[in-house]
Amino acid sequence: MNSITSQSLTTLVKNIKNKKLSSQEVTKAFIERSEKSKDLNAYITEDYANALSKAKKFDQNPNFDLKIPGIPIAVKDLFCTYNVKTTAGSKILSNFVPTYESTVTQNIWNEGGILLGKLNCDEFAMGSSNETSFFGNVKNPIDKDLVPGGSSGGSAAAISGHLTPITIGTDTGGSIRQPASFTGTVGLKPTYGSCSRYGIVAFASSLDQAGPMAQSVEDCALLQEIISTYDPKDSTSIDFKRNSLSKELTREIKGKKIGIPKEYRVDGMPVEIEKLWQKGIEYAKDCGAEIIDISLPHTKYALPTYYIVAPAEASSNLARYDGVKYGFRSKGENLIDMYEKTRSDGFGEEVQRRIIIGTYVLSSGYYDAYYLKAQKVRKLIKNDFDHAYKKVDAIITPSTPSSAFKIGEKTNDPVSMYLNDIFTVPVNLAGLPAISIPAGHDTKGYPLGLQIIGKAFQEQELLNIAYALEEKINFKNKVNDWWIK
Amino acid sequence: MMIDLKTIKHISKLSRISVDEKKAQKLRVDLNSIFEFIEKLNELKTDNVQPLTSVAETTLKLRPDEVHSHNLRDEIIRNSPEDNKDFFVVPKVVE
Amino acid sequence: MDKVNKQNTEYLILRNKKAYEVIIGLEVHAQVISKSKLFSSSSTKFGAEPNTQVSLVDAAFPGMLPVINEFCVKQAIKTGIGLKAKINKKSVFDRKNYFYADLPQGYQISQFNYPIVGEGSVIIDTPIGQKTIGIERLHLEQDAGKSIHDMDPQNTLIDLNRSGVALMEIVSKPDLRSPEEVSAYIKKLRSIMRYLGTCDGNMQEGSLRADVNVSVRVKGSKKLGTRCEIKNVNSIKFMQMAINYEANRQVDLIEEGKLVSQETRLFDTKKNETRSMRNKEDAHDYRYFPDPDLLPLEVSDEFINKLASEIPELPDDKKKRFIDKYKLSSYEATILVSDYETSKYFEDVVENSDVRLGTNWIIGELFAVLNEKNLEISQSPISAKNLSKLINLIKNGTISGKIAKTIFEFMMDGDKDPLKIVEEKKLKQESDPKELEAIINKVIHDNPDKVKDYKSGKTKLFGFFVGLVMKLSAGKANPQLVNDILKRKL
Repeated sequence: MNSITSQSLTTLVKNIKNKKLSSQEVTKAFIERSEKSKDLNAYITEDYANALSKAKKFDQNPNFDLKIPGIPIAVKDLFCTYNVKTTAGSKILSNFVPTYESTVTQNIWNEGGILLGKLNCDEFAMGSSNETSFFGNVKNPIDKDLVPGGSSGGSAAAISGHLTPITIGTDTGGSIRQPASFTGTVGLKPTYGSCSRYGIVAFASSLDQAGPMAQSVEDCALLQEIISTYDPKDSTSIDFKRNSLSKELTREIKGKKIGIPKEYRVDGMPVEIEKLWQKGIEYAKDCGAEIIDISLPHTKYALPTYYIVAPAEASSNLARYDGVKYGFRSKGENLIDMYEKTRSDGFGEEVQRRIIIGTYVLSSGYYDAYYLKAQKVRKLIKNDFDHAYKKVDAIITPSTPSSAFKIGEKTNDPVSMYLNDIFTVPVNLAGLPAISIPAGHDTKGYPLGLQIIGKAFQEQELLNIAYALEEKINFKNKVNDWWIK
Repeated sequence: MMIDLKTIKHISKLSRISVDEKKAQKLRVDLNSIFEFIEKLNELKTDNVQPLTSVAETTLKLRPDEVHSHNLRDEIIRNSPEDNKDFFVVPKVVE
Repeated sequence: MDKVNKQNTEYLILRNKKAYEVIIGLEVHAQVISKSKLFSSSSTKFGAEPNTQVSLVDAAFPGMLPVINEFCVKQAIKTGIGLKAKINKKSVFDRKNYFYADLPQGYQISQFNYPIVGEGSVIIDTPIGQKTIGIERLHLEQDAGKSIHDMDPQNTLIDLNRSGVALMEIVSKPDLRSPEEVSAYIKKLRSIMRYLGTCDGNMQEGSLRADVNVSVRVKGSKKLGTRCEIKNVNSIKFMQMAINYEANRQVDLIEEGKLVSQETRLFDTKKNETRSMRNKEDAHDYRYFPDPDLLPLEVSDEFINKLASEIPELPDDKKKRFIDKYKLSSYEATILVSDYETSKYFEDVVENSDVRLGTNWIIGELFAVLNEKNLEISQSPISAKNLSKLINLIKNGTISGKIAKTIFEFMMDGDKDPLKIVEEKKLKQESDPKELEAIINKVIHDNPDKVKDYKSGKTKLFGFFVGLVMKLSAGKANPQLVNDILKRKL
């Protein structure tokens, strides 16, 4: 590995500010590595030429007051980027070039970031393995036969494979944390309302949040600090006091109360995961935290609730892809025929399945039984957390019920695929912040993650706990660059 | 509750997604297995629970009545699959 | 089609010795007066080039989000207050899902279970007195774009300028019973909204449209019949024609022993008939659910009270005041308060002149001219200031009523000051008794035969003498003085 691409974001920023490295040197290094990494299929769109010219421009007139001066960054292809194709991993948007920029990416460019390219993801972020992408599946840098997780699979592969110093994903039911866990990286899903949804291709509006994916908690804190802003263009964006997360980051978590929910001990959970969780608890104790057993009694209802709420919102959010204003269109004899052919040819199987589930649960006669019921259970799930947070400051759980699975292993069984998100989904339903940090390996040598769930808007405290545990765990990712010949 | 083929076809129609017999059959199998696990919710009594629509526990912010967006016609029509420079164009709608 | 009982003030359809009454409810779609759209910052101006007032939000580009316009919320609340309705402090925006080429999002943002305004009422005048029409609710929603079917033989063209413009849907209770009541209701609603400045009510531009729900039942029956909804009718005349056709169609069906099926129908203005709009296969299921991009809309008492304090005097109160203060008839008051501009014009005229003459001149001469030239009162060729001057000239005897009509004609050319016209054209009334006596003496002198006849009892000839005097004075003689002197001389 090149000495530049192995550096963390924080180190690269330091080296650029100290003029030990130029933006062009850094940008070139990541482009070269990305070029050699085509086998991972992490990118949908490369923007290397523009990246180099922006780096050159930066070096000619550098501004070292910026938080990430001249740092190249590849982002999930769910963020609309000005004049750069944005596909959401779908055929239906395969030719779509936005004339606008998402707030989150704009925040990154404002602080000196430079777009490297757009990263692969499950189609419209619907998937847990990156296998639903129209642009093909992504391979996990850990092992060529493994999925990188999803939906931010391209982002996870790119950060784990050092194709970008840092990246962003989106998380609706675990799409940042699960792939972070599968690739031995750090992924943060912020509190709902923390990062603007403006310009992000919507999946399920009441659950979607953008967040950073990084090599370390420190890098994660720095990017989160940049992307989280109040945005009047998003009615669900929340105006709260935002910390200088990276500056205030500390490993001092003595006396913090950490909850362990018994309901996360699910049937059939591998012993390795159980052990990992126990290890995490011990580390937390070592850091001076107090461990408290808690109960989140409605946990088992989270997944069924999610698979009503998310498809319902998606069925409506994806109605705009009708072949009229932008994107792919099939020929049709009349308007309705055109709609049906466009959406049937333009959306992949999983997206169509979820649209149909969503339409069904909202349709006349079923609304109360499914959608309304799910909203009520969602309330109970949130109440569980509200109740727990009267006693604890944070909660620790495993990130996923298993390590990364093999490509193709679960594609024919949607329910087993959905079960992957069992630990991550409740957090989205309750709108809370949560981070996945790599915490160990299973017997096959695949990484496993621990999830720390925080109180709403307490990203600082969440990151501090993760920062303290990260040091104790001292995780080393086993990436052997198998894809580079 | 089992979802039958007729329902699958009706819902597909509502979703504006064309399905042939084979696709409808596959959807029926998939949806039934998904709904089998969704039905777990029926164990819960929720009569007195207020539904939760958004976790953002705040109310709508109002924007001032100002015109900021100006003529974007070229920009907006640029991405459309078929247009005549002034309009979006779709196959004839028969009322 | 003489199936309607016209003798009675009631609108009934008579068939086989049975009388059917017609039950009508309206869903009025009123475009909110605002600079920008309900959820986006593009302009609402009417008549722009196609697709030039479309933002990324209006065209539903990926990742675009709605942000609500405060002024539209205020306009809806003001209208609610004008309809004496309950203002809901918490309301919710829902998505109404359906596919159509001019609906870019694939859903319309509307309010379903929790509208911003609840129950209220509107009072209308009918030939048998006032009637209260119940308002069920008022909610805010987005307008769709426009599909153009007749510009291109193969295709339908889409213009999204209207897409996202704020509408108020005002739903009445099924309290209306005739096309005349519908007309009175729409006019009253429009008048209230114009007073409030919340909707311009311009039906040609589509600012006011209605879906008309019609059902029929045998008079005296308590049970409502099956209703049909006639979609998107854009003039009062068409509403009336559509109701008449539809009510008769339903009565015919019932009389033939058939069932009226609940459906959405379209009014064909060319054929003057309604017809079914949708086939069964495509039955609509709107799948309403709360829009997750928007939070509940909450308004405080303070917010509502501030708006209530800005509400002007509305037509009903103004009418009452006009009757009390100016001693107008109910008929006159109704006409003069029908829109705010007219009521203001009236008050401006009578503020410094005579109320009775002012009322007559506005309702008579001025309205005739406005009607003839198809002008609004705001476009009146004669200003209130100059009309009040004219009335003062009549009142103080400077000119006669007849001369005033001549002057009125001159005034229309550039809103001329009547005093100047009187001077320029030497139209001042002759009120000098000596001058008049001279003319009268001449008339008596020139017509000895007629004087003789008059004196022998043909008193009808008095008018003949008056006419001659007026003619000789070129119409300027003060009629009252002429009468007095003539009587004395004869």
